[in-house]
Amino acid sequence: MDKVIDVQRLYAEIDGNEILSDVSFYALEGEVTAIIGGSGSGKTTVLKHLLGLYPVSRGYISVLGRNLAELTEKGQRALYLEMGVLYQDGALLNSMTVAENIALPLRHQGNIPEVLAADIVRMKLRLVNLEDTYYLYPSQLSGGMLKRAALARAIAMDPPLLFCDEPGAGLDPASLKSLDNLILNLKNLLGISVILVTHEVSSIVRTANRIVYLDNGRVLFEGSTDQALNSQIPQLADFFSVTRKKQN
Amino acid sequence: MVRKGKIKPPGEVLNLGNISCRHEDGTLFINGSILASGTGIFYRSIGKEVPALKGRVRTINLDGLTGIDSAGVTALYHLRGLLGSEGDITIETEKTSIKKKLDLFSPLGLEKVSPPPEGSLAERIGEKAHWLFANYLYGFINLAANIFYWSVSDIFKRRTFREGEFVNQSIKIGVNASMIIVFMSFAIGLVLAVHSGSQLSTFGANIYIVDLTVIAVMSQMGPLITAILVAGRSSSSIAAEIATMKVTSELDALNTMGLDPVRFVVVPKLYACLFTMPFLIILANVSGIAGGATAAYLTLDISPEIFINRMGRIMQNKDLLTGFVKSQVYAALIVLTGSFYGFSVERGAEGVGRVTTLAVVVSISLVILADSVMGLLFY
Repeated sequence: MDKVIDVQRLYAEIDGNEILSDVSFYALEGEVTAIIGGSGSGKTTVLKHLLGLYPVSRGYISVLGRNLAELTEKGQRALYLEMGVLYQDGALLNSMTVAENIALPLRHQGNIPEVLAADIVRMKLRLVNLEDTYYLYPSQLSGGMLKRAALARAIAMDPPLLFCDEPGAGLDPASLKSLDNLILNLKNLLGISVILVTHEVSSIVRTANRIVYLDNGRVLFEGSTDQALNSQIPQLADFFSVTRKKQN
Repeated sequence: MVRKGKIKPPGEVLNLGNISCRHEDGTLFINGSILASGTGIFYRSIGKEVPALKGRVRTINLDGLTGIDSAGVTALYHLRGLLGSEGDITIETEKTSIKKKLDLFSPLGLEKVSPPPEGSLAERIGEKAHWLFANYLYGFINLAANIFYWSVSDIFKRRTFREGEFVNQSIKIGVNASMIIVFMSFAIGLVLAVHSGSQLSTFGANIYIVDLTVIAVMSQMGPLITAILVAGRSSSSIAAEIATMKVTSELDALNTMGLDPVRFVVVPKLYACLFTMPFLIILANVSGIAGGATAAYLTLDISPEIFINRMGRIMQNKDLLTGFVKSQVYAALIVLTGSFYGFSVERGAEGVGRVTTLAVVVSISLVILADSVMGLLFY
């Protein structure tokens, strides 16, 4: 399997404070890689680097075989065509209907004719079981529906790589389970690779093939989910036990 | 005549580099990959060839296809629809991966959801009228009553004040607006005096420039210019602040903490606006008259001593009183309009922009309307 993400010796600092230190990990094609850690561990900073929102000042990041530090603006835009992002709060545009939100990348990135875009939107809504929300506005959806609609927008262009930032935030366990199953189902159906940034243990256990554990801006563990669950690293064992207790 | 350009190989219908189509014995062979990024160009280009192919294609062969996604599959099914009916043309491929994608992304059988019914003209007018009364008229009166209640009752409950908030708001609404008000009033007083001075000098009535400037600035221009500038600055900022608080659930948080958002957010702004507005109007009057005096000295040779001497005889206590009454009415209108639009925000970021614009437009309109009414009352 090819590496879809390759991070080597990444350092980052904000306002003189070191946020990431010597971070190295990779994610494989067709797998769900979970980047986990407690609050302030550097998960979001890593994600923003992977998405090209923060410049790589020191270290190396390759996404889908392209070195982010060497990408021009045009190259970065081309790379965005191959990425989908599911944001923590959905980030759907409230002034547009669900259908218009999903059609946005199709129309503006893909320049896809209206007649095709309408069918593609219906198809994506069918994939996330939200066919009836075509004409609804995001404010008319529940939290779970909002996440599923945002997921439909994230996969509108059939990207080979999907980033999910805390997809479980604000969801009840049943909605979270249903969203996890949906992500897994889409991964299998569409053959996409998923980078999951989360601290929901149930979600990690259900979906992740590989785990990268961050603590204070450093990678403390990288390996399979089974290895992570049986790890003797105190911080990681603590993370699983404490978070499990909290979630129970 | 020799036609320039690439000569197409026999049967080739389309060649876009990564996608090519060939027509042979009723079969349309599609090679390459149809992915979302190239689907738009493919569909538009092949669309131009449809009239020539219509009725001549029985099979669409995808054996030469190396990749396809949901957009590509949708484009293929739409292409088949353009070339003939479903029963007439078959889509075939030996490749299992392509077959799987065709099944998964087939747009056949997709249910079209009907848009919500719009209702008859009478229903829509009724709905709009109800919305106008329920949201605007009732909402505005309700908020005004709420603000009035809290602003009066809080005068007697000083311990409930947010420490420093009154001063903070007074600086934001009043002090920070003073420079622009001084500058604009001076400029308007100057221009007013220059233009009217040239007319007065033709009648030898130069000295009346003082009367004209003082009366115009004190009774109309000073208060109105001040109110328009404060409405433009503060009404928009109040609306945007409250709207953002509503969108980010900060107002809900205040409510659930047992704090009334009107009392907590609006009342300090109202106090600050009521307090600073008279000073701003005095500042505007002084600047406007100074502008007029400058113009009188430069164009009509009326010295500052003569100007001030005559000014003392024209000015009346009534002018100061009406200026004060106007300042209080304008202040209340500006804060009420800004907060009303802030509380009425809907639909996130776009809604914040919309209510901010509305707050400025409506508060300036109300200020001018109130000025006209008071102008007639205090004539």
